Amino acid sequence: MKRRDFLKLSATFGAGGALPLGLISGCAEHPLPGSGRVTRTPTVCDMCFWKCAGWVVQEDGEPWKVVGHAGDLHSGGRLCTRGTGGIGAYLDPDRLRRPLVRVEDHGRQRFKEVSWEEALDTVAHGLKRVAERHGADRVALFSHGAGGHHFKHLLRAFGSGSFAAPSYAQCRGPREVGFQLTFGEGVGSPDRTDMAHSRCIVLIGSHIGENLHNGQVQTLTEALYREVTLITVDPRFSVVASKSRYWLPIKPGTDLALLLAWMHVLIDEELYDRDYIQRYATGFEPLAEHVRQFPPEWAYLETGIAPQTIRETAREMARAAPATLVHPGRHTTWWGDDTQRARAIAILNALLGSWGRKGGLYLQERVDLPKYPYPPYPKPKSTFKAAHRGRFPLAEAGVSNALVEASIGRDAHYKAWVVYGTNLPVTIPGVRPLLKAAIDSLDFVVVIDTMPAEITGYADVVLPECTYLERYDELRNAPERRPSLALRMPAFAPRHETKPGWWIAREIGLRLGLDRYFPWKDYAEVLDWQLRKVGSSLEEMQRIGLKHFPRQTPLYLAEGEDYPFATPSGKIELYSRTLAQAGFDPMPRYTPPPERPAGYYHLNYGRMPAHTFSRTTNNPLLFQLAPENVLWVNPITAEQWGLRTGQRVRLKNQDGVVSLPIRVRVTERIRPDSVFMAHGFGHRSPRLRLTFQVGVDDSALMTHVPLDPIMGATAMRANFVTFVKADA
Amino acid sequence: MDARKAMTVRYAMVIDTRTCIGCGDCVVACKTENKVPAGLNRDWVVELTEGTYPNLRTEFRSERCNHCSHATCVYMCPTGASHHWRDTNIVLVDPAKCTGCKACIAACPYDARLIMHPQGYIDKCTFCHHRVAKGLDPACVATCPTRCMHFGVLDDPDSRVSRLLRTRKWKTLQPETGNEPNVYYLL
Repeated sequence: MKRRDFLKLSATFGAGGALPLGLISGCAEHPLPGSGRVTRTPTVCDMCFWKCAGWVVQEDGEPWKVVGHAGDLHSGGRLCTRGTGGIGAYLDPDRLRRPLVRVEDHGRQRFKEVSWEEALDTVAHGLKRVAERHGADRVALFSHGAGGHHFKHLLRAFGSGSFAAPSYAQCRGPREVGFQLTFGEGVGSPDRTDMAHSRCIVLIGSHIGENLHNGQVQTLTEALYREVTLITVDPRFSVVASKSRYWLPIKPGTDLALLLAWMHVLIDEELYDRDYIQRYATGFEPLAEHVRQFPPEWAYLETGIAPQTIRETAREMARAAPATLVHPGRHTTWWGDDTQRARAIAILNALLGSWGRKGGLYLQERVDLPKYPYPPYPKPKSTFKAAHRGRFPLAEAGVSNALVEASIGRDAHYKAWVVYGTNLPVTIPGVRPLLKAAIDSLDFVVVIDTMPAEITGYADVVLPECTYLERYDELRNAPERRPSLALRMPAFAPRHETKPGWWIAREIGLRLGLDRYFPWKDYAEVLDWQLRKVGSSLEEMQRIGLKHFPRQTPLYLAEGEDYPFATPSGKIELYSRTLAQAGFDPMPRYTPPPERPAGYYHLNYGRMPAHTFSRTTNNPLLFQLAPENVLWVNPITAEQWGLRTGQRVRLKNQDGVVSLPIRVRVTERIRPDSVFMAHGFGHRSPRLRLTFQVGVDDSALMTHVPLDPIMGATAMRANFVTFVKADA
Repeated sequence: MDARKAMTVRYAMVIDTRTCIGCGDCVVACKTENKVPAGLNRDWVVELTEGTYPNLRTEFRSERCNHCSHATCVYMCPTGASHHWRDTNIVLVDPAKCTGCKACIAACPYDARLIMHPQGYIDKCTFCHHRVAKGLDPACVATCPTRCMHFGVLDDPDSRVSRLLRTRKWKTLQPETGNEPNVYYLL
């Protein structure tokens, strides 16, 4: 019901009309929400990394709610479950409050609360010592989230070149590399998927809706309202599978076989976009030759998907092309051949002619926003490549687990870590034993976080950052359909003794003698400088929060346009010379997944809409909605093991690692050969009082972690578990 | 007395189960908007799965007070605390009149009432009448990222809710009670 509709209605139905609030307000002890003085401040949500623009609303100076910013393409004016629960991040009583320094007290180590002065001096001393003894390049940064920018700036100025983020080797890395190899550009974030206009959408294991990237959910739903042909490939009857016209309940780990068979059908039945391929692509002949070996009958034996279904869905894709999107997915680090699977998805999109086409993958644009004029950074003596030791030749960012490995031992490359907003023990699969060894070897570890996540327990110094609702960060300038800038600014003063990331980075920088990289006193000055360069100002953005800019380039390819792709050949590379030269398959090849040992089950995992990784499970608002993860078990499996819903079991993986207890949920929505749980639970930090030891940490059960040889992604699906019923 | 005769406006909520993903945003939006105390919810999400793998059907439903036209809770309330707001079907509880006797909880076929607000009264969904009075949708409807929730006046044939109910298959929960619930689910 929009306001305009309502006014019209109220003319018809007098009694339901818009009454002045005073007339309906509750009595004095029970005032109605919003009857006080309401104010709002713009923000960019940080509950996940989709970065929706929103408003923080206060009533009589008290935090009330966070709502979406109308007109924002990331959010469609509506925040998701986690964004709506953002106030919980601010109110969480378990937040880090004061800087902590590790001290030894009668032979026992403990954290001591210290002043900022003392904590920052300790950090500067620790980093300087490493720089003097080993070189500033021996400091590695792990970061996730907007505030990481400030620490990357700090460490670049200091002379480090080793940066890693779990969003790469644990998430989007293979997809970005696979698409770059094919189209010369990655998918980017927000994903350049034009789902609002798609006539056919294919999801490969992507459970949009449980994975609540706001714009993805909203554009997919728009497509559903337009009766899109939705094809979902997932061993689990995911939420989106339940909305799909075709659900292909595939055998885990065999997606690449299906993708090759689809290519086979498109080429064999001449259903591909011939003009598009002739104009834009190279390597079609070898591709056609390659996929001739993989008919649906071959794929059926691998995937369990009937040949007729494979043909029928391929024809559906072709019928809707080029408004067909084979979704690139987001968390794509599954089996160790993930770049090749991403390549297969990219090639399939190319055959359908959907890159650069309406309803496929659109061409992104962001605001041409000048960088603040800092002096050039010194050239680091080494970069993350040192940690990769010649492996992962196409990695464009540090692989977190390789950096951890390169921090172990007396002669380790890295001597100090700066960890920003990254809960390494839960984020990187099976890393705990390595992490412990690394921490014992490193000279110095500083952790910057808002919450006492498990990683803080490994630190020498813990610096408490304020939440996103209490700070400025970089302007949001994300590649989108329509360029826009959005401002995050403090809605509240930082609680306790917490500080914004930019302040922490600057204070460390000043102590390291990097004054010229921090010529401003307040980050607001940087934002205002940048905004004035594009005809706005901080003052304007504080008022409006979000500003759109006109597009300079087309959103889609024009009919018959000559378009140079940013690949070495200038064409879409169906056959990749780059891969061939690096010693990899130039065209994707299928490797069967490891066999499931008897009595063991595929450990399948995913997201739940109430939470972002392990970051939000202690949020008091979201905890109420989803306090724990449960283990999905098919009734057949449940009967064999005598399991019933609500019962608690432990899981043991193929290497003997045993989990905390988890509650069973018997459901038909999972295959008998698999179990499923949401990621992000089973926290081991007792200072997260709500979520401590509640549910199970899936990543602790991932001890078999093949690495993608192309770019280093950590495969997370290659693990099997069995049940340990003796409850404790 | 026929409640509908006095009822000038019937508000309805229409929820599309085909696009509801069960994300719970409606629950969190309600909690923050209405400052609902910790541990209590005025709305919730139900998941229903039918069939055997792989022939399955799943339905997600966001549920709350049905703001019945024949609200048994209103009839059963001994103090008059439970009442229809103005001349509408919106069922409210007046905290000042509520003694916490829980007769309404027993009377509600939908188990839609909260036991017990820490300030000593039975709490429930208000259809965000404080927002409705300003011409806004209830917080859950205004927040839902899939736009599967709709709110409006049932008696107006041109309202979005009326149009949806005319053009789509729908159901209400437990219509056999005779309560005439006003939350509709599109199928």
